[in-house]
Order: sequence, then structure tokens, then C-alpha cells
Amino acid sequence: MTYLAKSPWIIHYDASSCNGCDIEILACLTPMYDVERFGIINTGNPKHADIFVVTGSINEANREVIQNIYNQMSDPKVVVAVGICACSGGVFRECYNVAGGIDKLIPVDVYVPGCAARPESIIDGIVTALGVLEEKRNKHVSSPMVTDHGHTHRHRHAEGGAQ
Amino acid sequence: MSKQITIPFGPQHPVLPEPLHLDLVLEDEKVVDVIPTIGYVHRGLEKLVEKREYTEYVFIAERICGICSHIHGQTYVQGIEQIMGLEIPERAQYLRTIWSEYSRLHSHLLWLGLFADSMGFESVFMNSWRLREHILDDLEATTGGRVIQGVCKVGGVRRDIAPEKLDEMVKGLKGIEHELQALTNVFLHDSSIQHRLKGIGVLSNDDAYYLGAVGPTARGSGVAIDLRETGYAAYGKINFKPVVEYDGDCYARCAVRAKEMFTSIDIIEQCAKKIPDGPVDMKVTGAPDGEFLARAEQPRGEVIHYIKGNGKKNLVRHRVRTPTFTNIPPLVTLLKGCDLADVPVIVLSIDPCIGCAER
Amino acid sequence: MMEPQQITPISVGDVVTKAEQAKKDGNRLVQIGCTKIEDNFEILYVFDKDYKLTNYRITVKQNDEIPSISGVYFGAFVYENEIHDLYGIHVTGINIDFKGTFYKTAIKHPFSVTIVKEDDACQNK
Repeated sequence: MTYLAKSPWIIHYDASSCNGCDIEILACLTPMYDVERFGIINTGNPKHADIFVVTGSINEANREVIQNIYNQMSDPKVVVAVGICACSGGVFRECYNVAGGIDKLIPVDVYVPGCAARPESIIDGIVTALGVLEEKRNKHVSSPMVTDHGHTHRHRHAEGGAQ
Repeated sequence: MSKQITIPFGPQHPVLPEPLHLDLVLEDEKVVDVIPTIGYVHRGLEKLVEKREYTEYVFIAERICGICSHIHGQTYVQGIEQIMGLEIPERAQYLRTIWSEYSRLHSHLLWLGLFADSMGFESVFMNSWRLREHILDDLEATTGGRVIQGVCKVGGVRRDIAPEKLDEMVKGLKGIEHELQALTNVFLHDSSIQHRLKGIGVLSNDDAYYLGAVGPTARGSGVAIDLRETGYAAYGKINFKPVVEYDGDCYARCAVRAKEMFTSIDIIEQCAKKIPDGPVDMKVTGAPDGEFLARAEQPRGEVIHYIKGNGKKNLVRHRVRTPTFTNIPPLVTLLKGCDLADVPVIVLSIDPCIGCAER
Repeated sequence: MMEPQQITPISVGDVVTKAEQAKKDGNRLVQIGCTKIEDNFEILYVFDKDYKLTNYRITVKQNDEIPSISGVYFGAFVYENEIHDLYGIHVTGINIDFKGTFYKTAIKHPFSVTIVKEDDACQNK
């Protein structure tokens, strides 16, 4: 294990989530689950982050924000979709303003299902992401620049994701 | 006269986990105007009534927001039951009340933590969330879900709580009461917290009322609106008094929420004593035909579900007016004239729940 | 059981006077909501005093103009912008007019049309 995987920094963005998964992500940081023991720190700056944790699905207003955060992160980077909405759109997939899961816009490495995703599964997802991060670092994978036609990347997930 | 500059606040911002965007117009360090932009979480779920039957729609209603989930589901089914003229079993009413108050406890502890975090008081954030896990454990044990419970249905509730478990829950709450008291004391008496909150973001009584403030935002300014007083579910049989503060500043809003936690524990205790035996649900046939504005008290204030049915399985319209939505105009008023550095604290003091507001 | 609710139909021209009267009587604005019934749009104004609701309803067609009550209740702007963005009903004289940018939606005026969303192949499984 390298130093990178010992202290990954995450950035969290609430796409169009109902808050359920967001508060569970925050719960991961607090004493009961305490992910900081793995060296994981929640940051607000995309340039500092290694892991991009997204909750909720894509809608009209937040596409640009997600692309922006993803493009600003430096390589190697890993995307974790937390909750069923981020994975596929969930119960809201038929809503007019919901375009679907995050993988329609940016490549997703790890999927964490659940409504709301439990802290245990979120931690499991992030620990899985550490493996992907390590692999990407060794192979010098450079992530694509995502534009509004980013859905062309949707089937190119990195291997090793927890599906 | 100094030059005006506009600073965008959000949507991706370390203070709030949720995406709220504000354009702050500044003159030096003072905020002179605020333009809110929402829509980052807008899903359009009200339109889903066309695709889901009214009985299934409870699950969508609960997912309007993951923090206030139970009460959204409860308000929705209460509206449907009113239209259909259903008199649901009393035990179910009490159980709904108990879970409502548990939701309020978990929401207020969550908020106290985030609020402490916005002030840079991280150990208090951690402590509030540690206590919140106790509440979530009870919610999970009785409903199966931590944040989204899915326990309400048209005609009653899906699960019962055994009497022994109920006693255990009350004992557990009594057991953490002194810890909650210690936490509350920090918010109410710590000198640096008082320095951060007192006199900051003052909302006058008149403004609070006519701008449409609800919940702790209104009660912090002396407007005693608490929908629980209308006696829905089992609240009509419970003795309680809404917590009201009169200063209208961030400290008052914080004090209302801190003190409300003890009201909630008291309500749960009374419910556990008074809860009758009996069934927890009833058979429901037919479909709602009519319209009703169902109201309930969320942790953040009054929520309204407008439900209109025409006797078919799918409703014609479901419209939710959530507390945060109506708290936006007071927030805009509050921010005018404050220091830029106080913006995070003031925004959090209304307890914004963007998932609710945008649906 | 909650008490039954009355809804009084009024004409579009009466909206502002009724709102002024409601404010004079010490009501607060609870909500303004819109419902589409076939080709008509019903707009419901709800006021509250001491937990007692006063409801007024107007019926309009799409692209009709309705007057804003934000001069009476400052907070009405959130509801009126919402009605404009989701239903395409024009509200004149809003104090903070977002001019259709309050909600950014994939479909213009989504609540005024029937939407048939094509399901993604992977969602049909």
C-alpha cells in the first residue's frame, strides 16, 4: 500500500439526492463509524481530492457542476456513486427532470446501492475505491475530460469496481 | 460609496452538504443584497402521481427528503385518510407520533452538529452526531430503516412496537438525557458561541409572521406556530407546550431547537404510557375522491401536502409546500446587512433542507 | 380526523384585494399552489390565522396573466416564480422576478404538459 491509499481525500457532491445518503456519508465521519481512522478526510476543494463521492442522480442544473468537479480533480481519481439514485436514478428515474445515474455523465468506478445507503456499505465502497485508486496510479490511467457528451464514456468503467 | 461586488456562494460548498446557491452582493464586508437560486436538487417528483398509485406513492413522499422522511410520509397518508374518511386505529396514531418525535430528535441533533461545524466547533459536531446514533439505533430497531423508515401506509402503520421495547426505548432516552443536557448547555451558555450567535441575523416578530416563516425560525422570533397543537395523530391527547423564544437572532433559533429535544422526549414518554392495545392498520378499499390540505409539524416547521384525487388510483395533483421553501424569504431578509463571515451561520440557522425545498 | 376545509372561488381581478383583506385580518400566507385540470389551471391561495385556513381559488388558462400579491406578502415571490416556471402562467409585477430561471428543468413548463419519458433500455430489466 502506498501513502496515497493510506490517506485518500474525498469530495462529496449532492447531485439531486433526497439528503438520506448525504447524512449517511456525514455519519461515516462521526465517532460511530469514524472513517478518519483510515486517513479519509472530507475536503471541499476538488483539486485536493482523490475520491469523488456523488449522491443522487443527474438533473439539468447540476450536470455542469458535476462535470466541473470531475474535470478539476487531478489524476488518479476515482468516482463512487452512493445510493440507488446515483447508480441508476432509483425511484426518481421516471421524473422529468432526472436524467438517470451518474454514469451517464462521468465514468463511475464503484457503485454503492441502497436507499439510503448504509454507512457500512458506504465505507465498504470507499475502501473498494482505494484499490481502484491504487491500480489507476500504478497503470498511470489518465481520466477523460468530460463534456456534455460525456455519456460516450459510460461503458468504460475501470476494473475492480464493486458492482 | 464603495464599489459593489457579487460573490457566488455554493452550490458545491464545504459548509453545506446540500447545494444551495446564493449570489451575495457585497459592499466591503457587508451583504447588501441576496439572490437565491435553487433547482440543483429539483427532480419533479410531484409529477410522479401520474405513474404511481396513491398507495405506492407513500414511498415517493417519504423520499422528498431523507431527514424529514417519516413526517412527509405521515402527512401524505393523513391527507389521503382524511379524503377517504378513514378512522385509523388509535395505536397506529400513537406509533406515528412516537416515530415523528424520534425523527425530530434525530433532525435536531443533526442540525446542532452541522451548526457547531459552521461555527468551527468540530468536537461539538462529533458529539451531537454520536448522540444521534442512539436515536437512529432505536429507529432502525423499530422500523428497519435508519433515515428512511417506510413505516407509514394508508390506513395505519406497517410495524408494531412491542411493549417491552417501548419501555426500553423510553429508558434509553432517559439515559442519554443528561448527555443531551450537557450538549445543550454548550450551545446555550458557552461564551464564544454566544459571541457568535447573539444579535446576529435578527428577524423581527412581524417579519417572521408576514414573510411566512415557520417552525423554529418563526418560534425563535416569538411567533408561536406549532402545528402539533392542532392535535393531528395522537398529539391531541398529549400535554406539551411549544418552545418559544423572543430575540429573533441565531441564538434564539438555536435555543428553540435545543429545548425542543426535551419536549420530544417528554412526548415520547407520555405516548408510551398512554398507548392503547389494538390493531395497527385497517383494510383500505377504493380511492380518494376530493381534495385536502394536510398539515403537520416537521422539525423545520409546517409542511403542507395538497392532495387532489378524482376517484381513480392515480391522484390528480400532489403538491408539497415544505418548510424550507417558505423560509427562503425570511432568509433573504436576514442576510441583508450581515457580515460576509456570518453568512454560513445565518444560512444554517434557518435549518435549510434543500432536498425538501426543491422536490 | 381534521376539520373539513372550504375553498372559495374568486375571480382573477379579486386576488390582490382578497390578499390585502387577509393581511388586514392578521392572516399569514401559507402557500400558493397550482393544479392542472384538463385545459384549466386552478390556483389556490391559502392563508392561515390561529390554525384556521382561508382558501381562495382562481381558474385560468395557460398564458393568462395573473397579478402578483408579492406587494402585499413579500414572500409570495417564491410561489409565483414557481408557478411561472412549472406551469407557464405569467405573473405580473413580482418584486423579485427570476424571469423563468427559478427552476432549471429539462422540459419547459413541465407541469403543463403530459410527459412520456422513454425508458432507458437498462431500466426495463
